[in-house]
Amino acid sequence: MSIDLNTLKTPGPTITALTKPFWDAAAEGRLTIQRCKDCSTAVFYPRPICPYCWSKRLAWHDASGKGRLKSFSEVHKPGNPGWLPAAPYVVGLVELAEGPTMLSFILPGTRSLQVGAMLRLAPTAIGGRVLPAFKQVEFGPEEKPK
Amino acid sequence: MSRSKGAIVGIGELKPQRLTSGVTTLEMIAEVSRLAVRDAGLEPAAIDGLLVGPQVGETPQHVPATIAEYLGLAPTMADVVDLGGASGAGMVWRAAAAIEAGMCEAVLCVLANNREEAAPRSPNRNPIREFDVPFGASGANISYALLMQAHMAEYGSTARDFAMIAAAARANAQLNPDAIFCGKPADVEAVLASPMIASPLHLLEIVMPVAGGEAVVVTSAERARSLPKAPVHLLGAGEKVTHRAVSQAPHLTSGPLKSAMARAFAQSGTQAGEMDLLSLYDCYTIMVATTIEDAGLCAPGQFGAWLNDHDLSHKGAKPLNTHGGQLGFGQPDLAGGMTHVVDAVRQLRGDAGERQIGKAGLALVTGNGATMSEATALVLGAA
Repeated sequence: MSIDLNTLKTPGPTITALTKPFWDAAAEGRLTIQRCKDCSTAVFYPRPICPYCWSKRLAWHDASGKGRLKSFSEVHKPGNPGWLPAAPYVVGLVELAEGPTMLSFILPGTRSLQVGAMLRLAPTAIGGRVLPAFKQVEFGPEEKPK
Repeated sequence: MSRSKGAIVGIGELKPQRLTSGVTTLEMIAEVSRLAVRDAGLEPAAIDGLLVGPQVGETPQHVPATIAEYLGLAPTMADVVDLGGASGAGMVWRAAAAIEAGMCEAVLCVLANNREEAAPRSPNRNPIREFDVPFGASGANISYALLMQAHMAEYGSTARDFAMIAAAARANAQLNPDAIFCGKPADVEAVLASPMIASPLHLLEIVMPVAGGEAVVVTSAERARSLPKAPVHLLGAGEKVTHRAVSQAPHLTSGPLKSAMARAFAQSGTQAGEMDLLSLYDCYTIMVATTIEDAGLCAPGQFGAWLNDHDLSHKGAKPLNTHGGQLGFGQPDLAGGMTHVVDAVRQLRGDAGERQIGKAGLALVTGNGATMSEATALVLGAA
């Protein structure tokens, strides 16, 4: 994949008043998710009520940007034609350190991907907007996985 | 074994086609409904219950009324069952429950779809559209590829293990002249050599979309006695809906069918190992793999060894999807799930012709919708 992802004509998010804080943060390179003030559970995707206790007391917090790869797929035949010039590319299920799982774009790294890989937030301009993509954590000689 | 909760007394099926031209879904519903009601030996006026699927892009609201009017029915129970590929199986127990509740006596359960060349893209507005599509994940292929990759990572299952499911479906389809892949067998090597669509999912592990229609008629066990065809009894049912987007799945290597099947077995007083026919929803190979494991036919992660140990043809001890499954028959959209019901009825009637299984007493039918998230299981029994 050597093309500039930002030139893709891909469908963007269908933003609502409720989800706007998430996408505003994404544009600034941050990943912000909700946390319930009553049951303390982190919530993704954004909702008007906590899906665990139905409290309405949800507050936005920036996530750590750390995650673990639960699964991934190298997409050769995209479902949306806007993605064709980027194929093959990788999407994955990212279990955020805060708890919830989100689907995201996984940037190519130097090593082959494995389920369980540690990931880090890597905001990336795709299709004319910055999205909270992820990439595999590259371990230096002194930085080994624990 | 428990008493009958109701009986399937009529079936109808349209031969799948790759494309239709200038045909509405309503027209196809009318055709397949007529087949099922005739097969049941009933007059249209005897149909007093109607269960239909959603009609995306054609009739957004008032679907049962639109179809009842079109068919000239005046049902005393009418509803939409919107459970994706589980809709067909989900209709069968709802029909029986409505009859038991005294709401109606004979229920037409019908699903059909046209497939026109230039179908419009639906203007969805939901969490998947907002939070998955912008990252490059559109459509079911990627969702099931993620489930398959997770299974491989957790259990070490191999591409060959999964390919066996597609090859077995193609093999069974050779005995079904209506199957879209009749005359086009594909062995494990051919499945593995087919193009990679979304790793680790190959093209031949994915159903072929077709136009088609399927319908069944359900009535009470008592009423069934006066009808011409041998009734096929509903002995147990289970259902569970857990999520919509694959990112929100509570588990990636086990699904809601696990508890749906457990309930269906408990209601019917049966066990997975007693089934003479496995009619398992197969939109993708991974769906069958997970269902075999969730049914308890083998330990989690062991479906590959189980497949190697069993003959899945109509001659074998574990016939699986003798109509070819949707992988061999084609997937007429939501009606695809109903093919598993219709084939099980044929087998339990002893009406499956060249592909008739030996002992045909009990069948497990599963339905699955969305991303391994909508699940219905039925245990059917021969008269």
